[in-house]
Amino acid sequence: MADPQIKMSARGVRLDYFNERIGQTLHVLDGIDMSVNEGELVSIVGPSGCGKSTFLAAVDGLIHVDGGEIRVSGKVVNEPGPDRAMVFQNDSLFPWRTVLQNVIYGLEIQQKMPKSAMIDRARGLVELVGLKGFADHFPHELSGGMRQRVNIARALAPDPELLLLDEPFAALDAQTREFMQAELLKILERTKKTALFITHQIDEAIFLSNRVAVFSARPAKIKEIVSVDLPSTRMLSMKHQPRFRDLQAHVWRLIEEESARTGLMTAQ
Amino acid sequence: MSTVTSAPIAAPVNAKSARATWRKRENFILGLVAVVCFLIFWETTVIMGWAKPLFVSSPTRIVKALVAMIADGSIWNHLAVSGMEFLFGYTLAVVVGIPLGILMGWYRRLNAILDPFVSALYATPRIALVPLIIIWFGVDLGAKIAIIFLATVFPILVSTITGVRTIDRDFIKVARSFGASDRQIFLTVALPSSVPMLLTGLRLGLGHALIGIVVGEMIGAQAGIGYMMSLAGATFQTDRVFVGLVIIAGAGMLMTEVLRMIERRFESWRVDTRN
Repeated sequence: MADPQIKMSARGVRLDYFNERIGQTLHVLDGIDMSVNEGELVSIVGPSGCGKSTFLAAVDGLIHVDGGEIRVSGKVVNEPGPDRAMVFQNDSLFPWRTVLQNVIYGLEIQQKMPKSAMIDRARGLVELVGLKGFADHFPHELSGGMRQRVNIARALAPDPELLLLDEPFAALDAQTREFMQAELLKILERTKKTALFITHQIDEAIFLSNRVAVFSARPAKIKEIVSVDLPSTRMLSMKHQPRFRDLQAHVWRLIEEESARTGLMTAQ
Repeated sequence: MSTVTSAPIAAPVNAKSARATWRKRENFILGLVAVVCFLIFWETTVIMGWAKPLFVSSPTRIVKALVAMIADGSIWNHLAVSGMEFLFGYTLAVVVGIPLGILMGWYRRLNAILDPFVSALYATPRIALVPLIIIWFGVDLGAKIAIIFLATVFPILVSTITGVRTIDRDFIKVARSFGASDRQIFLTVALPSSVPMLLTGLRLGLGHALIGIVVGEMIGAQAGIGYMMSLAGATFQTDRVFVGLVIIAGAGMLMTEVLRMIERRFESWRVDTRN
């Protein structure tokens, strides 16, 4: 664990969920082993309902694991902490706060710097995500893409070591989504952040990631970890290159196998 | 790459918005015309002798009665007394209802303890409590305030509880993810997200408070709009009954509209229940 290269490591993570309605325990995660290195972006994909969001919530410390352990920067995760920050799928911006006040939120909660420093930091982040001039707008005055930019800035504000993103672009239209993917890479490069990204879009996972972890159907295990051997500077045009398509087909085949195995999809 | 160039709030002067403005204006005009027609019809029935003014009064008679009451100054005392009762009763209901509602919304156990009483009293027509209030407070100002308070406090209380309890789960997740304590979640999430429901409670409370004024003054009083109305009714001064009615209705509409405007201002704070 002393390896400073490793930002996040999961060893044999098991997680059960007790469903009160049907009175049954569901095995959600069945021994997840994976790691994220410093400066890396690793995506998790898998069949619908496989537990990838649950895993991310466990890394954030919102849910307790039932076995194994998750470490971030060598420390075992028990609860949420300032070393991690989550970008949620629904932007969940507070409607009573302006853009700037939303970005400041985490800093206010953690109370680690004077108010003026918080404001300076938040202003810088609002600019970084390309929303200069919108600091005093309210969320309902912004488009979906702009709201997700605020959401990302809010997560970056406490300067986390690991950024967790739970399908952040799922609710956006196809065009905006593509732009936001490129924008996210720029933001991560400028802030030098390590990130764990959940998505159900295979092309999104490949475009953004150094590695893609494919989860099996529930109870989830790691089916395969696919290294994305594309040039490190990603451009949207790469999505049309043969290598990109090969990787996409490969990951899709893995998910297809899993879906067929559990009857989500009929085998062909 | 994707720099933002356009302002998000433009003011598009196009055909669509012009049509929407016209539709709004049209609604207003239709309502106004309907009211005017009704008043003319009302006046005509009396002029033509289809109905006796003793029973239905008429718009001009109501205006005349109002002018007379202003001229002899009697209206001001009634207004002052009713206004005072309203002010005390409603303020007391707000001062008790909102803090108690916030506490009951936040502390599950407190809610469990008090809920049977609140539910029972909320379901009881408050008029049924009037005999008890007379026993306890007599028929003085205190009794009027108590009646208005009881009429008003429950809608405010219940709305506030609901407001504090219906928090968007996503907001709580965000707060917890940043490591917020329960106290911080309460202050930064629960309180602000309860504001729209709280305003709704204040608006609902208004109507109940006006009922309280009339009911309270009908059981015995020396002055007040409700008293004036019941006295006028008992002595067949129908015009004066209508004057009271117009005043109560006007005050209700005015205050409700003001609160509605404030509510609209906070509309975007309302919990989004789509997810």
